[in-house]
Amino acid sequence: MTVRLVVVSHSEKIADGAVELAAQMAPDVVILPAGGTDDGRIGTSMEKVMAALAEAADGDGIVILTDLGSAVMTAEAAIEFSGDPDSVVLADAPLIEGLIAAAVAAQTGADLRTVQKAAEAVRGALGQGRDEPVSVNEESRTQHAADWQPEVSESFELVNEAGLHARPAAKIAGGLAGMDADVTINGVDGASMTGLMTLAAGKGSVLRVEANGPDAAKAVRYIQGLVQSGFGES
Amino acid sequence: MALDVTWAVKWLTMCAQAMAEHRLELIELDRAIGDSDHGENMDRGFQAVLDKLAESQPETPGAALKLTAMSLMSKVGGAAGPLYGTAFLRAATTLGDAPDISPAALAQALEAARDGVVARGKAEPGDKTMVDAWTPAVEAAGAASAAGANVLAVLVAAAEAAEEGAAATDPLIARKGRASYLGERSIGHRDPGAVSTALILRAAAGAAA
Repeated sequence: MTVRLVVVSHSEKIADGAVELAAQMAPDVVILPAGGTDDGRIGTSMEKVMAALAEAADGDGIVILTDLGSAVMTAEAAIEFSGDPDSVVLADAPLIEGLIAAAVAAQTGADLRTVQKAAEAVRGALGQGRDEPVSVNEESRTQHAADWQPEVSESFELVNEAGLHARPAAKIAGGLAGMDADVTINGVDGASMTGLMTLAAGKGSVLRVEANGPDAAKAVRYIQGLVQSGFGES
Repeated sequence: MALDVTWAVKWLTMCAQAMAEHRLELIELDRAIGDSDHGENMDRGFQAVLDKLAESQPETPGAALKLTAMSLMSKVGGAAGPLYGTAFLRAATTLGDAPDISPAALAQALEAARDGVVARGKAEPGDKTMVDAWTPAVEAAGAASAAGANVLAVLVAAAEAAEEGAAATDPLIARKGRASYLGERSIGHRDPGAVSTALILRAAAGAAA
């Protein structure tokens, strides 16, 4: 059993495409699209969202990802209608980046709040949120530079051809989302897929992993395993 | 007349008529400061409500409003769908299974509807949104009910206050929704959501007359 995801977009094609993209990185996660109006126009449909929520109801909870404006309102209204606000939550995250981060976290078996957090963590990496334009990343970067003493730190060289592209970044961020550790990789938040991608680290680059917290050692081993196996790629 | 399910169905039917009649006016208002789909959306939404009413024949005003909420949320498409949907849903929840509505329950239901709109859209009075019609309507209804007015008088007070509230959006700068992108250029235009709210409340009074 895993957390399930529902994508609410103004466009049926965007919702379907986003689901297709995320499914590639998280083949075992139930991800359902709810895009466009009932008659195929641009807009959001309460009926489609409710139908998707009903279809996804038997998992370990549902995280909804949305695009703009009324999609957020429709999703919130659907949660109110469904009468089960504890098992259905909205992620305040950019649709595509958030969905992929959430899908990868769900694929690793993370619980509802962890999947939601994984999606929302990408906001910091992009340096913007819907409500508070705070860059979590830069804050933690400054803090780390000044007085942060990592309990565990190690360096690993990327061996796979394509380096730290989307899928490897998603694997790292998704796995870390379920651990109780504060991890940075070359100064960026390891739990943020988009943050990792901003490193643009190619084959031969060295990743400096620094970690604190109860799961610090486990987190570093996890990253080591992924990096040294080339993320399962050639 | 008593505010029973017959009134509720008559009200919703009159809403549908009002949206059809004012469709072009709402489109024009929305063209000035939005994306010109409000008239189209509201017309389609209330037509869907009529279809649904004919199909399921609710037995209480609360049931009729709940069904309206669901239809509007599904068919309206724009932001007005979840906003009006939430308003009707919250009002329906307040009314419960009661066969008819007292003046005090009416004032309470209007307040719940307004609170639903605010919770969903996060707009405050003065933001040039439908809240600027809802809030004076809720206040007028509460005052009328407290003064011992009957349901018709409460509805008329709410409708008049909503109409005044809608007219008072003309000089405001939009701070929510698509119109807020226009900033000061939104001054001098009436908010289409406030106008459709006034139409809905005027229909409620008309159905009770």
